[in-house]
Amino acid sequence: MSESKPESGPVINPRVTCEGCSVLLDINDGDRLVFARLSAGSTLKIGNKTYSLQPLIGCPFGSLFQVESGKEKPYLSRFVPPTEENNVQDEGGSQLQEESRDNRAIIDNNQAQTLTGEDIDAMRRQGATGNEIVEALIANSATFDKKTQFSQEKYRLKKQKKYAPRVLLRRPFCRSICEAYFKKYPARIGFLRVDALSLLLSMANVTANSDALVVDMVGGLVTGAVAERLGGTGSVCSTYLGGTPYPIEIIRMFNFSDEICKRILRCSFNDLCSVQIETGEQVSQHEDDCTMESQSNEKTSLSIGTEDVHLSSNNGDTDLVPENKLSSSSKTCKAPKAGEKAPKEAIQSWKENGFSSLIIAAPEQDAWGLVKDFLPLLTYSAPFAIYHQYLQPLATCMHNLQLEKMAIGLQISEPWLREYQVLPSRTHPCMQMSGTGGYILSEFQVAQLGDPPPPWVNLSRNKNSDRISNRNFWLIFQWLNPRPCSLSMVSGKYANWDCAFCIG
Amino acid sequence: MLLMDSSKKISFNRCIREGDLVIVYEKHDTMKAVKVCENSVLQNRFGVFKHLDWIGKPFGSKVFSNKGGFVYLLAPTPELWTLVLSHMTQILYIADIGFVVMYLEVVPGCLVLESGTGSGSLTTSFARAVAPTGHVYTFDFHEQRAASAREDFEGTGISNLVTVGVRDIQGEGFPDEFSGLADSVFLDLPQPWLAIPSARNMLKQDGTLCSFSPCIEQVQRSCETLRSDFTDIRTFEILLRTYEVREWKMDHSKFEDGSSIAGPPCKRRQPSSEASVGDDTSFPAVVARPSAETRGHTGYLTFARRKCVS
Repeated sequence: MSESKPESGPVINPRVTCEGCSVLLDINDGDRLVFARLSAGSTLKIGNKTYSLQPLIGCPFGSLFQVESGKEKPYLSRFVPPTEENNVQDEGGSQLQEESRDNRAIIDNNQAQTLTGEDIDAMRRQGATGNEIVEALIANSATFDKKTQFSQEKYRLKKQKKYAPRVLLRRPFCRSICEAYFKKYPARIGFLRVDALSLLLSMANVTANSDALVVDMVGGLVTGAVAERLGGTGSVCSTYLGGTPYPIEIIRMFNFSDEICKRILRCSFNDLCSVQIETGEQVSQHEDDCTMESQSNEKTSLSIGTEDVHLSSNNGDTDLVPENKLSSSSKTCKAPKAGEKAPKEAIQSWKENGFSSLIIAAPEQDAWGLVKDFLPLLTYSAPFAIYHQYLQPLATCMHNLQLEKMAIGLQISEPWLREYQVLPSRTHPCMQMSGTGGYILSEFQVAQLGDPPPPWVNLSRNKNSDRISNRNFWLIFQWLNPRPCSLSMVSGKYANWDCAFCIG
Repeated sequence: MLLMDSSKKISFNRCIREGDLVIVYEKHDTMKAVKVCENSVLQNRFGVFKHLDWIGKPFGSKVFSNKGGFVYLLAPTPELWTLVLSHMTQILYIADIGFVVMYLEVVPGCLVLESGTGSGSLTTSFARAVAPTGHVYTFDFHEQRAASAREDFEGTGISNLVTVGVRDIQGEGFPDEFSGLADSVFLDLPQPWLAIPSARNMLKQDGTLCSFSPCIEQVQRSCETLRSDFTDIRTFEILLRTYEVREWKMDHSKFEDGSSIAGPPCKRRQPSSEASVGDDTSFPAVVARPSAETRGHTGYLTFARRKCVS
């Protein structure tokens, strides 16, 4: 499924479909959602019939299509509903007569409809449109006139959906992709609901020109959402622990331009932390640091002085598959150019400046473990947000962050979302509702000691932050250990830090 | 707000300079926006803080007063700004703001129309979402509030992304110059149905509209008006529930009735150095519960898409 979009040439109008772009098809007003890639040969199945998607190419997003009976077989045709038609459903809108009918006399014995299945098939063969069939069904229903007005509307709508299905062409955007997945395959995105995702993006202050670090274990949805907000500026680094990148296929759905695609980069955690490479004058200092680390660091497998990027042995991982091989094999199942391995210049820049936001969406992992590892890569005063399906790991993480004073403004939030049906005289919350959209822990990174460290020093902080041994950070080492000063954090309120005696 | 110029964005190397806007963080619910000026001081319950001490330090630093008290200095973000700005009107908070920006599909390069501006809380987030190539045109019929908002946007550094106009959108609609150009329209008006026909003209096909109304009657009337030219009309309510986290020592030995589950645990203050961790009969647990006070309602958010007619 990796057809390439026309790359060079005129700017692709993002509001019109084109050959090879991905679309979201909304069948019967939200009843069914299907992702598809438009091409001459792609098809869609509705009921027991298959329809070609060719007519959809070149149409604006938001177009509506209806099934029409063609000469050979039914096809999808573009359909613009006249404005009057919508009023039919409301029967003149606000002016509703006093409804005198009710359903006391209606017996549901499956005998009300006189048209049979064969009759309908015959009508179809004669070329009747879907709407005509619906009208015929209504005309032949013994109980239709006895129904209340609302009930009639419901009946008409139901028949329409079956005999004259409509397909709405939707643009795959962060919102529609998230909603579709949440409805169809919520487990694949870790039950991340659309409002939780929007909170993650806001709380992490994802904006243009920012460098975002994302730990995305929800199929690529968060990476894609961040890339969408970056809009072709800044960069988003989708990182991973160990040697295998997490799958991020969902970014293929987004129809990203090349400019956006090339800013979606991948880099393993090890590479992000690795010792500096290629800058000659700092090599000797690195060797010093490496020596210090290897002496105090229990992971003595660290190779001293070799500034090579492949330090996968560092974490004790036996997965030593070289990075290049992995990324090239996973390249074939990614959209062209998105999710490329981060080039050395990018890694360099990230290390020097730090990332400006961090989002962790790892609904099956321990939050604290991940935060400990990734937090040092974040620059000072940068916000970060962690999503989890369960509350407990976030509570533990928040508690630890409070104790170790690594962050301020800590807050665990749970979004609550309810949809309403708004119709004349029939307004109420929808009968169905999502029970949970997950939990989010949000906070701001603080600067340690107030003095900016030289860039290369950050690396050593990454290796087991609870065993920090770098000589420039011995002060922090004492400060971060849980000390009597944690007494002052009374009743879980993290605000009363009157513990000046903690320092030094 | 450190948006447009990538040289100004936060990084390990970026330090506080004269003229920067910082958010002074005292507690999670006490924050203040301050413009750094080398001759100024900040006075609060922790003492007197000289701005001069701040210059040259990175954002996120802890700074001290003459009395030894301290605060943190954070770089401003739209979320922090929402919490510190001066309220001239009721504002939208992060839950609504985040949802609106996502649901309106606002991305860099979009053109967004908004009315009313109010205190500029949502406008700031729109500016963030459309940067660096988009623009937000916001209108308020109250001249003084519009001027005040303009000043705020200057102060937060987003004035080249936002244009504030004084106009009665309910009465006159949006200016014709935007016809067919807007990607998204946001309405926070007492009678949004009066502005909907104009919004319809402003929007591109499949463009998005959102109307925020506290009362359900307003929502009903808006939806009725929307039905002729808009599709995919959906109304939501969104709230945030926050949680408190604390550590408890669940002490089994204090149990009377001998059942094996740890029932109502005896709640003690934070682990003190005397009661060391090696207490055999008790073990600390981190527990979370929803905050007792929470918001009940902010408003209903009604979204719609402009129908395709060609």
